Amino acid sequence: MSIVEFRQVTKTFGPVVVLREVDLAIDPGEVVVLIGPSGSGKSTLLRCINALEEINGGDLIVDGISVRGSRSQVRQIRQEAGMVFQQFNLFPQMTALENVAFGPRRVRGLSRAEATEQARELLAKVGLADRGHHYPSELSGGQQQRVAIARALAVKPKLMLFDEPTSALDPELRHEVLRVMQALAEDGMTMIVVTHEMAFARQVGTRLIFMEDGKISVDGNPAQLLANTDNPRLKDFLQHVH
Amino acid sequence: MEFDWSVIADAMPALLGGARLTILITLAGLAGGLLVGFVAGLMRAYGNRLLNAIAFLYIELIRGTPIVVQVMFIYFALPVLADVRVNPMTAAITAIVVNAGAYIAEIVRGSFLSVHKGLKEAGLALGLPMWKVLVYIIGPVAFRRMIPPLGNQFIVSLKDTSLFIVIGVGELTRQGQEIMAANFRAVEIWTAVAILYLIMTGTLTLILRVTEKRMRIL
Repeated sequence: MSIVEFRQVTKTFGPVVVLREVDLAIDPGEVVVLIGPSGSGKSTLLRCINALEEINGGDLIVDGISVRGSRSQVRQIRQEAGMVFQQFNLFPQMTALENVAFGPRRVRGLSRAEATEQARELLAKVGLADRGHHYPSELSGGQQQRVAIARALAVKPKLMLFDEPTSALDPELRHEVLRVMQALAEDGMTMIVVTHEMAFARQVGTRLIFMEDGKISVDGNPAQLLANTDNPRLKDFLQHVH
Repeated sequence: MEFDWSVIADAMPALLGGARLTILITLAGLAGGLLVGFVAGLMRAYGNRLLNAIAFLYIELIRGTPIVVQVMFIYFALPVLADVRVNPMTAAITAIVVNAGAYIAEIVRGSFLSVHKGLKEAGLALGLPMWKVLVYIIGPVAFRRMIPPLGNQFIVSLKDTSLFIVIGVGELTRQGQEIMAANFRAVEIWTAVAILYLIMTGTLTLILRVTEKRMRIL
């Protein structure tokens, strides 16, 4: 059974149509890489999955629950779909450890001690065991993004959404974030990643989706598509990001 | 003319009594004003149409009329309209609550809305209900940004208590006025009154500065 299923999903911002009757099914364990020119709707598609954007038409089922359900159903979806943002969005008044422990405490209702213990393990997993007591403003971009990944994982989601997770980082900091993401994929996490990192798509992705003008125009195996595609616009796009 | 220190010494007990009342009105008024201001500000920022409209009307009504008119209304007009007897002290405190509340509402609204919307999204994306996002994530960041403008409002409200001379509350300015009327030593008395106000506002500034230092603005 699919963990995410778009059924004829339409999304508009005022007069602008961002998603046009999108159909898409994603199975557990897939690592889906979403690419496309800016304005093609890839970030919006991602943000519809955890209902940060409300869909206007069709239906979208995440882990058996519709994003058009009640508030508590939407919260349930969000707990199952962890999100990593381009701008990290760490809570500035909390240390790295507190950021990671926050979700388990306030969402899952763990005690402070349990949540902190778990946060320590997660920070170690993303290579930041020694940075727990630093505030976000004291960390580099790459470190902040790794804390953000740990924060999302702490709620124990079934799938992870990444919205251009390396776009705000200097080139030399990107690989540390990509490495964490690769390890996560190797652990079997279902991931949907909006990115321009083609090497990541080729090595880690199990599926590549190319979006254009609010529609999915190419959907297939990343290695094959990146080596040789017959879609002229994908070809053109790839030439520009390489 | 000669500055007569003994005039100040004689007047000091009464002036200090007035200052005590000024502090009392300010503290009680601001405590209530903070409560009203937070509620009205959050209604403006996050409320539905109706809550937003109610808060908006309240703020416009208060900001659009002088505080002297407000306290006169509470003290003289309200008893006629609603048949409630208000003593001067209650009227004074209520006036500060209502007046400061309106200005604090705008401070609260501005601070909450100034917090980067990515933080709200990050909180919601974890699966938190909106009220928890406000309490645990946006609130603490917004609160730090409120301190400088709140400091302004606290000082304004403290000085506004001097206007309650019009309803006969024995606060500092009123005490000064009464002593002056008896001994005609305007220079000594008003100098002493001004210095007492400066001490009170100075203390407030100091407390705010310490608070701001202990909480980094984010």
